Amino acid sequence: MIRFLARRLAFLLLSLAGLVVLTFVISHVAPADPATLAAGPDATAGMIAAIRHQYGLDRPLPVQFLLYVEALARLDLGHSVATGHAVAADLAVYLPATLELVLLAMGFAVVAGVALGIFAAIRRGGIADHAARILAVSGIAVPAFWIALILQLLFSVHWRLLPIGGQLPVAVAPPRPLTGMVILDALLRGRPAVATTALVHALLPAFVLALPCLASILRITRQEMIEVLAAHYVRTARAQGVAPLRVVTRLALRNAMVPILAMIGLRFGFMLGTTVLVETVFDWPGLGLYAVTSATSADFAPVMGATLAIGVLFMLATLAVDVLYALADPRLRVS
Amino acid sequence: MRALLRDPSALLGAVLVAGFLLLCAAGPWIAPYPADATGAIHFALKLRPPSAAHWFGTDEMGDDIFSRVVIGARTSLWVGLAITGIAVAIGAPLGILAGFLGGRVQTAIMRVTDVFLCVPGLVLALAIVAALGPGLGHGVAALAAVWWPGYVRLLEAKALALREAVFVEAAHATGATTPRVLLRHVAPNCLGPLIVKASMDMGFAILAAASLGFIGLGARPPAPEWGAMMAVARNYMPDWWWYSLAPGAFVFATVLGFNLLGDGLAAWLDPRSQR
Repeated sequence: MIRFLARRLAFLLLSLAGLVVLTFVISHVAPADPATLAAGPDATAGMIAAIRHQYGLDRPLPVQFLLYVEALARLDLGHSVATGHAVAADLAVYLPATLELVLLAMGFAVVAGVALGIFAAIRRGGIADHAARILAVSGIAVPAFWIALILQLLFSVHWRLLPIGGQLPVAVAPPRPLTGMVILDALLRGRPAVATTALVHALLPAFVLALPCLASILRITRQEMIEVLAAHYVRTARAQGVAPLRVVTRLALRNAMVPILAMIGLRFGFMLGTTVLVETVFDWPGLGLYAVTSATSADFAPVMGATLAIGVLFMLATLAVDVLYALADPRLRVS
Repeated sequence: MRALLRDPSALLGAVLVAGFLLLCAAGPWIAPYPADATGAIHFALKLRPPSAAHWFGTDEMGDDIFSRVVIGARTSLWVGLAITGIAVAIGAPLGILAGFLGGRVQTAIMRVTDVFLCVPGLVLALAIVAALGPGLGHGVAALAAVWWPGYVRLLEAKALALREAVFVEAAHATGATTPRVLLRHVAPNCLGPLIVKASMDMGFAILAAASLGFIGLGARPPAPEWGAMMAVARNYMPDWWWYSLAPGAFVFATVLGFNLLGDGLAAWLDPRSQR
């Protein structure tokens, strides 16, 4: 297990290096002029030249790359023209909000997806199975921004059941930051009412974010469970009188777990990408909204900062999934 | 073909894709007001609810939303074809070479691929568009740039398996050169999974391009692009709610169609996967 972890960490460092090269290429080598981008939309030629010199953009590319890496090592990601803050400071505020939303969505997608998948597999061919199939195929095809607007119309405008957006109402003072995640902080600071309000605000965005992921997990769970439930050892266990629930949870689900975990890992990245859309519609103050508002106002440094942050988040999630794999299936530790 | 049509969900997929292609081919004849797609202005008619004259209502310029959505299908078609086509053109040869040749070539190709796969596609595309500047062409270029690694992964695995196949070994034994084995024996056998993935990706590429349009980095209004239409429509929520329904519904139907069709093709090409 230790060798597996060491190898996996080495791979993580390699990917991180690759990510840094990739963002460098996008921000320095791509046709766009980084000095013009960094100076913002209203800069004069003189300001652009000054910035070019200040950031070493008039030096050879390899030197620029070293300067870039050195700045990254100091967590210097540049400044946001719009907020006026250092990008790293902005990320520290927005990253927890995205993480909170994604964790809620992923938790819901996994629980609902696995449960519905098992149910569909047991009732194969029945009405529940057909309903699950429709959910599975439409869930990955539905545009997140469209379903988000429809749910807002229904739940927030028409029925007035849920807030239309944001993380907390303006009138409610957010809890003093501890982790940066509002729901968790409210609970930790002993303000359950604020935590409930924040959770209610997160319901719609988390649901929209979860939908494609839920659909994929449902589908793969159903597929795997049907296969495993037909296996000889499951039949043997049934014949020996093992309780049906135990057969499903202990025998079948455990053996179906690796492909399900693989799907969760794969979908985590997709979900991080979708935050860009969902946070925009629900005005959720996270990395996605930060990246979008910065990109549409030609504020370049925050976009690259958010890209790096989301990339690192995705790498860590992939690492976590790989470790879970190895725990679920010992054979994977050696290969 | 008949087996494909017997599967109801594949049939639905085929019908949706056929409907989409019909809109692309005959859009200007189907649309009641084709001039509205190019940004005509009729302020007297602005933001009308759906009616017999305007099935999906009118937008803030008084343009017929139905006409704009119908004519917008063409944009989506070429966007989907361009992104998927470029991704296949880059990814497929690299994947086959990596899997078939192995060794250093494989390591080099796969490491570069892994780097691209470690940032969620939409986020990476957003970063690229931010560097290039907004616009539909840049959006397509950015999405193609993040789309090809999926094909490398898919075909590397396939070519790796084919390398050990008996008929490939036999071809080598009869003196066929490596390029000949690749072109005549390996590549044709990679076509099945490639077609399935490309069919599904047509839908997902259209969705991704519409997403870029929605956040204001893809097509720009008044271009009749579904995502960009949704972006404008969002400003007229909730009072003019019908405005945002039609463009999104067309994206949904198109993505669903290509998806179900791809699923059906997968089951047809590989009967073992049918459950």
